[in-house]
Amino acid sequence: MNKPHHLLELFWEFFKIGAVTFGGGLAMMPIMRREVVESKGWVTDDDIIKILVISESTPGVFAVNAATFIGYKIGGFKGAIAATLGVIIPSLITISIISFFILQFKELTLVSYAFYGIQAAVALLIFKAALKLSKKIHFNVFSWIILISSILFATFTHISVLYLLLVGAILGIIYGMVENIKGARNI
Amino acid sequence: MILELLKLAWIFFKIGLFTFGGGYAMIPLMESELVSRNLIDINTLYDFIGIAESTPGPIAINMATFIGNEAMIDYGFLARIFGSIVMTTAVALPSFIIILLIASLGSKFLESKWVQHAFTGLKPTVIGLILSVSVGLMIRLVLPLVNIENFVFNVSIFNYQNLIIFGILVFLSIFVKKISPIKLIIIAAVLGIIIYSIS
Repeated sequence: MNKPHHLLELFWEFFKIGAVTFGGGLAMMPIMRREVVESKGWVTDDDIIKILVISESTPGVFAVNAATFIGYKIGGFKGAIAATLGVIIPSLITISIISFFILQFKELTLVSYAFYGIQAAVALLIFKAALKLSKKIHFNVFSWIILISSILFATFTHISVLYLLLVGAILGIIYGMVENIKGARNI
Repeated sequence: MILELLKLAWIFFKIGLFTFGGGYAMIPLMESELVSRNLIDINTLYDFIGIAESTPGPIAINMATFIGNEAMIDYGFLARIFGSIVMTTAVALPSFIIILLIASLGSKFLESKWVQHAFTGLKPTVIGLILSVSVGLMIRLVLPLVNIENFVFNVSIFNYQNLIIFGILVFLSIFVKKISPIKLIIIAAVLGIIIYSIS
């Protein structure tokens, strides 16, 4: 495997990745792979698969997960920092610039009309994201009950989403234990 | 001001820590943590999400930058930049720490069945939350005075324009395969301008 000559090179590579990917997260993966595996040869496809699997089962921002992991593989702790900063800083710059103009901009009537449309698109995109994610769960009685209760509690109560997530995790653990005991009995 | 910023940073740290399945999972969290505490109003939140979707970069980072900037709006240019940096760091930190631990210590912890079990419960919960948020947003766009959480079903304002836009977008995303989020957002913006201008 090759090594970057300098941490700046690593930073710059991830900066470019952060600057060109729209939609974030998984959309970033093919570009990241092309850059760090194919063109630079810093890590292997195995590492890319590893980070995909790890991200499936860890919380956090996917782009940061990937940059931290790959940066660490390439250059240890400093590499992790260089890659993570690289992937974050383009957003920080672009969005800061937009933030300074957005208020004046939104006072224009046509822009406010545009934002009505954009909100409708956002609603649809969020809905589609939920459908896509639902392909990743194994549907059985347990997951249906959790899914439906989660919808009901989120829609009709003021309970913080954080608590709902905690309860979901705890119920998952309890369910897993019960299944294990059942499995043990059947043997 | 510093105290406010730290409180907000703590919220973003939690958002970073509890985000699963990509940037969308943080939207219910942001609605519940930021809107309900009046740190941002709901329309601004969804306007931001629309912009975060249509600019490059991870959505979570874009949102943190936006809200950090917005939170410091009364304190001048440098404070706003500082706010963005603090919020972005806060939302990225949980990922950074967890992945660093895994990369240096190995992923044994993840393979433990406890973590796997927790995920069998977390996944459907997250999906339910995202569904609830998206349907809530759709209802609010068409019937802005309805407030399901407080059981207010006032339908005296009916934004048929949004319903039309929404219908066209649904049609497009069903019949045009692989329409990218950014294209959908641009089309929606144009539709918004046309439909609201003529109505």
